[in-house]
Amino acid sequence: MLKKRIPMQDIAAETRLFNSRSVVAMLVVCVLFSVILFNMYNLQVRSYQDYQIRSEGNRIKVLPMAPNRGLISDRNGILLAENRPVFSLELVPEQTGDINNILLKLAELIEITAEQQADFLQQVRQQRRFNSIALKERLNEEEVAIISVNLHRMPGVTVEARLSRHYPFADLFTHALGYIGKINTDDLRRLDEQGRIANYAASREIGKLGLERYYEEQLHGTMGFQEVEVNNRGRVIRVLRSVPAQSGKNIRLSLDVGLQLTAQQTLQQKRGAIVAMDPRDGAVLAFYSNPSYDPNLFVHGISSSNYNALLNSPDRPLINRATQGIYPPASTIKPHLALLGLETNTVQPGTRVWDPGYFTLPNSDHRFRDWRRNGHGWVDVYSAVAESCDIYFYELGIKLGIDRISDYMHKFGFGERTGIDIHEEASANMPSRGWKRARFNQPWYPGDTVPLSIGQSFWTATPLQLALSTAVIVNKGLMPTPHMAAELSTDYSSELVEPALRRSVEVVDEKNWLIVADTMVRTVATLKGTAHTAFKKTPYSSGGKTGTAQVVAIAQDAKYDAESLDERHRDNAMYIGYAPAENPTIVFSVAVENTGGGGSTAAPIGRQLLDYYFSAGVNANE
Amino acid sequence: MNSTMANPAQRSGKLAAFHIDLPLLLGLLTLLSFGLVILYSATGQSETMMKAQIFRLGLALAVMVGIAQLNPQTIRRWALALFSLGLLMLVAVLLFGYVGKGAQRWLDLGFMKFQPSEIMKLAVPLAVAWFIAADNLPPKIWRLIIGFLMCAAPTLLIAKQPDLGTALLIAMSGVFVLFMAGMSWRLISVIALLVSAFAPVMWFFLMRDYQQQRVLTFLNPETDPLGSGYHIIQSKIAIGSGGIDGKGWLQGTQSQLEFLPERHTDFIFSVLSEEFGLIGVMLLLAIYLFIIGRGLLIASRAQDNFSRLVAASFTLTFFVYVFVNIGMVSGLLPVVGVPLPLVSYGGTSMVTLMAAFGVLMSVSTHKRMLANAL
Repeated sequence: MLKKRIPMQDIAAETRLFNSRSVVAMLVVCVLFSVILFNMYNLQVRSYQDYQIRSEGNRIKVLPMAPNRGLISDRNGILLAENRPVFSLELVPEQTGDINNILLKLAELIEITAEQQADFLQQVRQQRRFNSIALKERLNEEEVAIISVNLHRMPGVTVEARLSRHYPFADLFTHALGYIGKINTDDLRRLDEQGRIANYAASREIGKLGLERYYEEQLHGTMGFQEVEVNNRGRVIRVLRSVPAQSGKNIRLSLDVGLQLTAQQTLQQKRGAIVAMDPRDGAVLAFYSNPSYDPNLFVHGISSSNYNALLNSPDRPLINRATQGIYPPASTIKPHLALLGLETNTVQPGTRVWDPGYFTLPNSDHRFRDWRRNGHGWVDVYSAVAESCDIYFYELGIKLGIDRISDYMHKFGFGERTGIDIHEEASANMPSRGWKRARFNQPWYPGDTVPLSIGQSFWTATPLQLALSTAVIVNKGLMPTPHMAAELSTDYSSELVEPALRRSVEVVDEKNWLIVADTMVRTVATLKGTAHTAFKKTPYSSGGKTGTAQVVAIAQDAKYDAESLDERHRDNAMYIGYAPAENPTIVFSVAVENTGGGGSTAAPIGRQLLDYYFSAGVNANE
Repeated sequence: MNSTMANPAQRSGKLAAFHIDLPLLLGLLTLLSFGLVILYSATGQSETMMKAQIFRLGLALAVMVGIAQLNPQTIRRWALALFSLGLLMLVAVLLFGYVGKGAQRWLDLGFMKFQPSEIMKLAVPLAVAWFIAADNLPPKIWRLIIGFLMCAAPTLLIAKQPDLGTALLIAMSGVFVLFMAGMSWRLISVIALLVSAFAPVMWFFLMRDYQQQRVLTFLNPETDPLGSGYHIIQSKIAIGSGGIDGKGWLQGTQSQLEFLPERHTDFIFSVLSEEFGLIGVMLLLAIYLFIIGRGLLIASRAQDNFSRLVAASFTLTFFVYVFVNIGMVSGLLPVVGVPLPLVSYGGTSMVTLMAAFGVLMSVSTHKRMLANAL
């Protein structure tokens, strides 16, 4: 009875209680669903932009594509730096099936070292299975052929071609062209500072030296890219957009392969440099430093043994002697000093000086010797230059004084970088009072001026500076900027490299230019001229000046005896020249280390250079 | 009352004979269809997986209809037996269970592997409701205590496997029975306090490293974007980038390109959000809300305490699944492996859920007979 009554009474209350709990539950459900909805609203509406960008960032990858590097040719279009395909053997693990099996097959076909195998297997473990992994790089032609005919039975195996820089003339143009090499951290930092690093995302190499470095920006070209959709493992699903790379500009140089070869052949085993230039526009025709080396060694990373051999060679092949070789100019600067003498009225064309074979300063008994032991007798400005009389210039130098000499010679480019289109250039040294004070903390003595007047002691110059100063003489004071690049071109356009000439040396009397030029022609053309023997019976006219630089001081009254001197202590032979005598189209300088006299060693080299220049018609196309 | 009930009863007259609750069935079928549409995209259009899922669906529907034929009183009589069997199996799992994914959750019956915790999802609410409904509501304190113990025993056994997520959900399904039975608010407050005091104990003594890591990652996923934070970051990107109207079916880049982890199981909600946007999310939530509302309505219309408690507990547990899954993939809750009910790919949980809905249908369609019997 009781049992039955209690539930009867409680049913309504229980239902009420349960229903109120149900309402509470439904309310909680609704509140929590609202929380979800509010959160969804935040994610999908308020933060939509942010997540949209992140989603695209996940999905879209930009694959950079390296541009082809511009080619470099000589003035006639002969390629000096080209891009050659190199082949590498690559495998895509997900397509090859059993890796060890395929390695065995390949090992039967071509030689694969244990090291290559180990490197490859390591890469296989590290990379995604759909990535192509190189097993052997730089296959030779035979290997390419063997693999190619067997490709059909080895799925997932490919021979990939990639362009690689090649310098077909090997060591002939090294100091002009330089070379490219793998991008290192220094390069990256420099690119970053210049804001150009983004353009190198796909590039492996960069110009390290010479023209390759100077014109890096033009040669490199503009990177292209593919915008691709990738999945979470980085596999490319499809290409969304593709922007092709733009090849770098091709550069045609003013250098001439034939003239360059002549320069190399005439120097043979001798250390030295030859620079030839068109004085009218500064276009460099020959630029050769000996000994040279093969720049191809550097392209794929030079081995340390090869590098050490170059670095430690006593002949210092890495030095660019044309622009970094610092030589006493010796007598080659006598025409320049003669001009200063005439311009300042320190001497007149007719002024005659007695050369007894030595020169002494007042109140001193130190004898500054002439290269000719017994002197030249009476000399004027013409014979003084042509016969390279030292005494005439000792006197002239003392009268001019260091200040006027230093100022004036700077105008010919001495002590200054020429601005040629490579970075490897020294300014050499045109000394002054201030320089000596700063360098040695000593005053300038008249005794310093005497050897300076024949281009010795503190005065140094690079072969390029000597050629440029010759150009200033034949241009009657106009100085060109030397440059090796003549034309930069793409498939659609081209631009000529034509730096303007600038007035560098002003003269009071224009006639003085003719006198100086005449002294240089007499050096070649007169019987007593120091270059007469070398330039006997040329079919063209030319002017020049020899120089013989002492490398070590000769003791007072001692006789220079080449045979008794250590090879490294023998004289340097120098020569500057131009041709034709009227309206010159070429100026040049020759510097040969430790071989003796300028007239006997350097001038004959200049002769061969000019012989080739005129016979081959290097400038004929103009 | 009879007259108000007559209309729907007549309309679903034929279905009533099969003990089917039409609104609930329609809600479930809408959800399952929508789920299949999302799943097709989330599996990367895998026909094999679609076939498997549809097969499971058929099985689950059959289980639901089968259970719906049982009278709630029959279910009530079997509740304790099912609970005891479940407990035995949980003990068996700990003793000779099969270890998978670092946890011992499976019992190898020879012909199939079986998770006893799935039985407990049904058995705990059934048994607790059976025990509580044996007396008047609200339950007396000693019944509540025993009720809690009935929840605690399987919870601890499952937590030891370890499967903390399932353990807590099962505990919750039992606690829902106690709550709906009218446990006093004062007691609820005391228990809430006790639970919050228990939290540090749980952190230091019960949670494994990987569980702690999940919680830490949840608190700040961006600190570990490539490690365990990856899931939640990619999921939020998928959801957020869906915007209002979504990227379109099969067009979700996060899901189709597989940046989204577990896209067809735990993170299927993110696929929906990415491809159908906020509109799709609202549609899904509306369907869930309808099913939950219908479930609570069935519970409130049930005519005995056991039926209403069981119906309400199953409905609220279903809601908790939905909330925990969506909360976890959208960064509101830590990542615990809870699938989105009736949408995620996978068999066992779907069968269990549909069995629970079978019980709901049984409750919904047997009451007239019960009323007649009374």
